[in-house]
Formats: sequence, structure tokens, C-alpha cells
Amino acid sequence: MERQIARNKRVTVGLTFFILVVFVVFAAIVGLLTGRLFFTSLVLIGGLAYLGLIYWRGTKMVLRLHKARLVSKKDDPTLYRLVENLAIQVGIPRPKIYLIPDPAPNAFATGMSPESAVIGVTTGLREIMDKSELEGVLAHEMGHIINYDVRVSLINFGVVGIFAFIVDMMIWSFWGDRRDNSAAIQFMILLAAIGGLLVVKLVSFWVSRKREYLADTTGSSLTQHPAGLAGALEKIAQAGSNLHRGRQSTAHLFFANPLPKKSIAAGLMGLFSTHPPIEQRIARLRQMTDLGF
Amino acid sequence: MMLWIVLAVIGAGLIYTFYLYNRLVRSRNRVEQGESDITIQLRRRYNIIPNLIEAVKGYMKHERETMEAVTEARTVAMKAQKGSDLGASRRAENMLEGALKTLFAVAESYPDLKANQNFLHLQEEVVDAEDKIQAARRLYNSSLREFNDLTQIFPSNVIAGMFKFSSDDYEYFEVDDPTTVADAPKVKF
Repeated sequence: MERQIARNKRVTVGLTFFILVVFVVFAAIVGLLTGRLFFTSLVLIGGLAYLGLIYWRGTKMVLRLHKARLVSKKDDPTLYRLVENLAIQVGIPRPKIYLIPDPAPNAFATGMSPESAVIGVTTGLREIMDKSELEGVLAHEMGHIINYDVRVSLINFGVVGIFAFIVDMMIWSFWGDRRDNSAAIQFMILLAAIGGLLVVKLVSFWVSRKREYLADTTGSSLTQHPAGLAGALEKIAQAGSNLHRGRQSTAHLFFANPLPKKSIAAGLMGLFSTHPPIEQRIARLRQMTDLGF
Repeated sequence: MMLWIVLAVIGAGLIYTFYLYNRLVRSRNRVEQGESDITIQLRRRYNIIPNLIEAVKGYMKHERETMEAVTEARTVAMKAQKGSDLGASRRAENMLEGALKTLFAVAESYPDLKANQNFLHLQEEVVDAEDKIQAARRLYNSSLREFNDLTQIFPSNVIAGMFKFSSDDYEYFEVDDPTTVADAPKVKF
């Protein structure tokens, strides 16, 4: 199982680099071909500055967005102790614990490094989970923290965002700039850009789903009790994890998909989803239990 | 020309050796830190026990032996922990855990005590202290696993042999199933 974890990490890190490289190469080509190298560089720098902002202030922004409240040992000793002991087990300082007022059962973790990590659960989750299920969920989140998943997804989704912005700009400039004969070439470039954006998006969602499976595995190896996590997922499958204040921008940070399912594109949603289907996650965990984990 | 290539290869080999050596050092340091983290958690438990004894003294007036067993086991464990005999230390910890289990089992027959908030709080603290000891032991074990891997797997095992890193240096902890004191059997008198 450790090999599975190592392999998963290698694959997702490799893909993240792939996305970064595609992005930089593409931006360079666009800049050169459209003769707007200066502008493209500006966008690149702006994008990096945006990534930097998220890196330094991202955690606070996420917490404020979801109206999270800090939890002390007195507020909830059971929750506090579970997090504290998991932190001891992985050798990191105890993450700050937050409570999100929302009836939908869900949990999240953010923080650019294990030292600055933050874990949160919704009031809904806290209410319906028993101790072993709660521990499973927290262990899953701890897995995200020690696997540096927030950093990986920051790079992933941040780069995709900047890429999308560049493509937007290209669409604008294409429709404005019909003067020269290279309109056909520009159109081709535009198509390629949109195609590239689509590929990069699909890749980044795929990476996010892989990382969720990885966190399930890491969490299970921490508790040595995959049934706890499986039980939690089963309860969430019943109750639904849609948050009242769910956002696409923070969806990947949550334990289960916090956004309402769009029934028409349900099939497509699979490819554009930050999380794997719950039934699959449960099945894999139950398999681990059967193997005498 | 050949000379440069040979020198480059030797240089690369040296750099790789340094890299492996550093990995071994870091890994061993993690194991040692793991050891001292366990000690920290053991000490935490030692510190809770006197308060626990104070809390039950008034209620369990006729259970002097049980209480003394705990106090004594604690003293032995603390001494063993300062010493260098690992086996003795682990045995002493097991004795202490057993004495605590007995104490809590006996406490079951004192309803006044069981209703006492202070006692309940201390009981939770003892259970939590043991959970923390387990957690620290698990971290130690996984750090030790990585260290042992490095000392045995090629090519780091070569460097390990050269600089005397060995998987015989440390022992694993046996991490038992969580049968904590909270699940102590009820004793009827």
C-alpha cells in the first residue's frame, strides 16, 4: 500500500509539471506568434502574483469564505483530541481546527505546508458521525496535509485559471483583429488554445480525483481501520454533501463534492469533477477491509 | 578526453554517496526524535497519575493496595525510563498500564466516584495519554521502518555498512489493539 501511495504521488506530481510546462510553452508561443510577447509576459507575471497571493493568504480567505469558527479543546475535546493524536502520529504540529456552520456533512483541509495546516468539519458532519467515522474523515484530511495536496491543487487549478484567462484574451483579440491575412492562422491557434485548455482542465480534474483516492489510502493506513472511513462515506452518500455556500474555487479542498449535481451533464460531470464517485471510494475502502487490512 | 569522463563519473558517484549518507543521517535522526517523542508522552502520563490518586483516595478508602500498586508501578517505570535497559523500561510500562486498568476496574464499583466530574475528567486524560503514547509509538515505528529500509536496500545499504548504520540499532514497538482502560472489565464485589 505504501508503494501505491508513492506511485500516486509521482504520477500526480509529474502531471502537475506537465500542466506547468504546457502552460509556459503555450504562453511563449502565443506571445511570439501574436507579436504580443510583452502582454503575454505581463499576464504570466500577473498570474504568478495571483498564485503568490493565494499561497500566502489563501487559507484565511477560504476560512472567511465558509464562515469557519475556531475550535478549542474546551469546545469539543473529542474532536480536538482526535486531531491532536493524528498529528502526533504523523509528526506534524497540531493543525488548527475549524467548524463550518452547515447541515451538510463535509470536511476540508487547507494550508500550504503541514506546519501551517488547517482542518475543518461542518456541524452536520460532527453530528452524524460516530467516533471511528469521524476519525476516518480526519485521517483522510490529515492525508491531504502530509501529501501536500493543497499545494499541488493550487498549482494545478491556479495555472488552469491563468491559462483560461489567456485563452479568453485571445478570443477577444481574434474577433477584434481581422486586418491581416493571417486570420486563418490566428483561428487555428485559437482552436489549438481552446483544445489545449480543455486537455489541461481534464488533466487537472483527473489529478484532483487521484489525490482523493490517495488521501483515502493514506487516511486508512493511519487509522488501520478503512471501515471507519467507508462508514463515513456511506453516511454522506445518504445525506448528501452539498454545502449551502459551496464554491467551485474551493471544491477540491473538501472531503466530498460540495456542489449540487447538474443532472443533464451528470455523465460529463464525472470528467470535470474534483472528486471520484462516492460509490467507487466506498468500494475501494471495503476492498481494503476484506483484504484483512 | 577519457580522463574527463572518468573524473565526471567519479564525481557523480561521490555526490550520490553524500546524498545517501545524508538521507541515512536524516532518517536516523527522525527515529531518535521519535524515541524522545514517546518519552514526552510517557512523562505526560506520569504527571497525570498523582492527581488521579488524589481524586480517588477519598472514595476508595479500602482499596489501598490497588492505589499503591499504581504509585509503585509509576515509580518503577520512571526509573526504568531513565535507565538504558529498553526491555526493562517496556516491561515497567506494561506493569503500569496493568495497574491502571485494575484501578479503573475497581472504581466501577464506587458509584459516587463514577459521578465525580474531576475523576471522570482525569480518567479521560489517562485514556488520552495512552492514545498519545500509541500515536507516538506508531510514528516511531514508521520512521524506523524507513530507516531499516535504507540500511537494507541497495544501494544505500552499501553506504550504511560503510558508516555503521544498521537495522540492529533500534527495535520496533509492539502496538497493541486499542484495549484501553476505558474497556476495563467490570469488577463486582
